[in-house]
Amino acid sequence: MTAIAAQPGARPGPPGLLIRARWAVSDTLTITRRNLLVWMRVPAYIVFTVIQPVMFVLMFRYVFGGAIAVQGVRGGYVSFLMPGIIGQTAAFASFGTAIALAQELQKGVIDRLRSMPMARSAVLAGRLLADTARMLVTILIVLAVGYAVGFRFQNGVVPAVAMVVLATMFGLAICCIAAYTGLAIGDEESVQAFGLIWLFPITFLSSAFVPISTMPGWLQAFANNQPVTYVINAMRALALGQPIEANLLKSIASLAAIFIVFAPLAVRAYKRAS
Amino acid sequence: MTEMSAAPAILVEGLTKSFGEVHALRGIDLAVPRGTVLGVLGPNGAGKTTAVRILTTLLRPDAGRALVEGRDVVREAAAVRRSIGLSGQSAAIQEELTGRENLEIVGRLYHLSWPHARSRATELLAQFDLLDAADRPAKTFSGGMQRRLDLAASLVGKPQVLFLDEPTTGLDPRSRLGMWDIIRSLVAGGTTLLLTTQYLDEADELADEIVVIDQGLVIAAGTAEELKGRVGGDVVEFTVPDRRRVTDAVTAIAKLGEGEPHFDAGTGVVSVGVGGRGSEALIEAVRALDAAGVETHGLALRRPSLDDVFLALTGHAAEDAEPPGKRRRGRRKASQDSSREAS
Repeated sequence: MTAIAAQPGARPGPPGLLIRARWAVSDTLTITRRNLLVWMRVPAYIVFTVIQPVMFVLMFRYVFGGAIAVQGVRGGYVSFLMPGIIGQTAAFASFGTAIALAQELQKGVIDRLRSMPMARSAVLAGRLLADTARMLVTILIVLAVGYAVGFRFQNGVVPAVAMVVLATMFGLAICCIAAYTGLAIGDEESVQAFGLIWLFPITFLSSAFVPISTMPGWLQAFANNQPVTYVINAMRALALGQPIEANLLKSIASLAAIFIVFAPLAVRAYKRAS
Repeated sequence: MTEMSAAPAILVEGLTKSFGEVHALRGIDLAVPRGTVLGVLGPNGAGKTTAVRILTTLLRPDAGRALVEGRDVVREAAAVRRSIGLSGQSAAIQEELTGRENLEIVGRLYHLSWPHARSRATELLAQFDLLDAADRPAKTFSGGMQRRLDLAASLVGKPQVLFLDEPTTGLDPRSRLGMWDIIRSLVAGGTTLLLTTQYLDEADELADEIVVIDQGLVIAAGTAEELKGRVGGDVVEFTVPDRRRVTDAVTAIAKLGEGEPHFDAGTGVVSVGVGGRGSEALIEAVRALDAAGVETHGLALRRPSLDDVFLALTGHAAEDAEPPGKRRRGRRKASQDSSREAS
């Protein structure tokens, strides 16, 4: 066999700050691209990220919808429902973040990447960027399905876009939590088991699917005062032109709090990982 | 340049690392001259992987220092990463992507331009005999092909120093021989290589120098021949077809050996070091076994293997399971790591 070319390459000196910044961006985009390619190659991921939210729309619209009375909402239950479904869709997208990071950690992919001269921030940043892009695609598909079953934005284009942006920021915040838990747990099977389960209570015990006033009093106390309700109320106000009250401020404050707590935790878990 | 070449490619001094109560490394020293192969030999849990992880900047040592190409792995980690390649125990490739995509992405992460990343990928695919499969998802590759792809990925950046952590663990014998060929040709190209292995024949086959690690300490170092000399001569060995008679056989030959006879329950081989007495000891063994009425197969005198060395040095065989009660890492890491090493 002929000798395999692995001659020592010329060793460059330490790169300057500007080059490092450019590399950090290019590394993040490379990782993003890789993650999106993987997503498109795995049918199960497509099913999970697209089919499942669409099923939720159809089930709530046609199965539960008839039994849920909403008052004072133009367009009836479907108008009430769609911002809730979109919020939930954004939150559930984080499951993929946790699974992927745990998988990469377990398989040694993260070790490999960490032993390379790439930007250390790129693995997490690229993961979050790819998952945000994926989430946005899902949201737009869910919205299209919503339009097909009778949902309409009632407040003009700018608030509609603002609603999608708010949903995406909310999803990104939840992805930060998931990045932390995925890396901290570091075991794919455990993440499969526990990665999604906590999202059910926090999304269902909110204003996402039913008016909170229909819940028992002790539950209302929780549902009225948790971030998912703030975000979904704000989204609903933007979509339907209702008074936005304090919900937008409360949403922004709670999302900021999640970022401030969980982004550094995720970075720390990544640095310590493996 | 001559001054550069004189410095070792890898220099390790007094390296220690503990995980909670578990002392993975208890002060090891290594020096690997440029362009040579160091085989790090030891059983599961000896500390091999921990050493590699420190040298590849993935783990900080508790004490001691490690230099790769003259750069400190802690203080100059970024510079070290530019000169090394790492291929681990499991293939760290993205299975959903094709072989080509995997290598192109690694090329991009080494900051090659797109055309350069593409041509480097093609070059490596050709060298590793993966060109035909290049555009299939890597999950359709055989275990041996995945390992080759993983090794190719570690070479994208043309590293001066390559770390291979158990490169053939879990491979079938044919893939293993193929991997050895590839590793030999890499070394012929001038790469410095640190190779960990549990397989003594692998170290014997590939390494210029061998260090034997057990329980976080270097217990022996030298060339394969030097280490074999440590056993102090030849070995008489045989198998006993009737397992019930093994104890009788061991008793019969106990007096003619220099040390205790060893019985390997896995292979059924009984062996005993007989020093320089060679054929004389062989005849005595025949007589003793005959007198005891034990039937044997393949009774022979042979030069010592590294297995014998390991046995002589540690009192347990290299491929035995870890001593009970000894876990190499604390908490969650323990299970994660043993699952990696078990493959």
